[in-house]
Amino acid sequence: MEGQLAHIGAGIAALGTGIAAIGVGNVASSFLGGALRNPSAAASQTATLFIGIAFAEALGIFSFLVALLLMFAV
Amino acid sequence: MATETATDAYGAAETTSVGMPQLDASTWGNQIFWLLLALVAIYLILSRVALPRIAAILAERQGTITNDIAAAEDLKAKAVEAEAAYDKALVDARAEAQRIIAEAKAEMQDDLDDAIAKADVQIGEKLAESEAEIAEIRAGALANVKAVAKDTTKEIVAAMGGKADAKTVTAAVTSRMKG
Amino acid sequence: METAEQSDGGGLVFKPMDQFLVKPLSGDGIVQWFTFTNAALWTSLAVLAVFLLLVTATSKRAIIPGRAQSIAEFAYGFIHKMVEDICGKEGLRYFPYIMTLFMFIVMANFLGLNPTAFTPTSHFAVTVPLALAVFLGVTILGFVKNGASFLGMFWVTSAPLALRPALALIELISYFVRPVSHSVRLAGSMMAGHAVIKVFAGFAALAAVSPFAVLGITAMYGLEVLVCFIQAYVFTILTCVYLKDALHPHH
Repeated sequence: MEGQLAHIGAGIAALGTGIAAIGVGNVASSFLGGALRNPSAAASQTATLFIGIAFAEALGIFSFLVALLLMFAV
Repeated sequence: MATETATDAYGAAETTSVGMPQLDASTWGNQIFWLLLALVAIYLILSRVALPRIAAILAERQGTITNDIAAAEDLKAKAVEAEAAYDKALVDARAEAQRIIAEAKAEMQDDLDDAIAKADVQIGEKLAESEAEIAEIRAGALANVKAVAKDTTKEIVAAMGGKADAKTVTAAVTSRMKG
Repeated sequence: METAEQSDGGGLVFKPMDQFLVKPLSGDGIVQWFTFTNAALWTSLAVLAVFLLLVTATSKRAIIPGRAQSIAEFAYGFIHKMVEDICGKEGLRYFPYIMTLFMFIVMANFLGLNPTAFTPTSHFAVTVPLALAVFLGVTILGFVKNGASFLGMFWVTSAPLALRPALALIELISYFVRPVSHSVRLAGSMMAGHAVIKVFAGFAALAAVSPFAVLGITAMYGLEVLVCFIQAYVFTILTCVYLKDALHPHH
């Protein structure tokens, strides 16, 4: 029973990856919007784009990790 | 079917699952040891051989490109120079041609002038000759006219019954012919 | 990424985590710190790959590079420009260290994409030392370069005075979370992709859905190729950002 509860928890935690995906999409869309307004400044900001994506993605990976821990380590 | 599968998977997972191998502390020492070895090896490879070599290659390429660009600029300057020289030669040739044409023209003009002058002189000579001839002829004609007039006058005067001496008649004819 | 085998009972077996097992390549199952395990093998292969790409491929020193030499030069220029852009000229002193990190991670990631390969970077035992090395190195460097004024990084002078203690606390926490997110991001992404491919592979045992499973594996593999490079890039660029903080803490 406890293991099944852990699996349910893992499923809930996995939702976090989807929510992080919204964040990553948000970063990318804002970047694209800005880049189309001012294309000359876009190239210099790709590093910033990836840093932003990395931070947003890290949180999704945290929830994925929680899911994995619940699945396999609890 | 789906639930069965899930239960099966769950059952199987419980019996054979390895959990998360990442959390198995007994392998950490091993991984860290090999990681450090790998990092030291890569660092030595990079800092001793690879990075200086690639930097040298890139610098050399940059140098080559710079040299090539300089050479290309040299060649371009030479080409411009050659074009200028060609243009100059063309201008010179044109000027020479103009000069030759002008010279030829002048020569021809001279010849022409000479010929005209010669012709003029010849015409003048001929004219003078002709005039002289005409004058001669006229003089001859005048003399004849005078003689004829004298004779005619003498005859007319004689026919009129007068007696005309030669001297009077000659004077009268001469004065009439003059007037 | 071994393919999932069908269990005797006829049901589906998902063993997505088996691929991360560290096993000795010979002898009994005991893993000593010096045992030549599959982790050691693929770590060494990453070193070999770095050697092949950056040393063997450039041995001709061609002015007009071949394919392999172009990749080596691209990697060099890519990281060199990244370090210079983010850390400035004085950051170039640390370029070999950052290049070491990048080459190791990118090679380990890509070699891990081979079937039946082991991915060293999917293990916290690998990424945590990497991230800790960056964290400790950058922190020590910050104090050596700037002395106590390195702590000024946490005291945001542009904020109102009343807010500053709270901000300092947040900054401090975020500073210490850096190595955690730094390492978990890399290991998590690697683990996630490989585990998802493995789950799809498990579904391939079911004839009805196997075409979709194979399609899913293919799609995930394509995504993984991208993720392998992006994670190495992100790890490196974050290292550069942390290094910049140590070199110029007042920005």
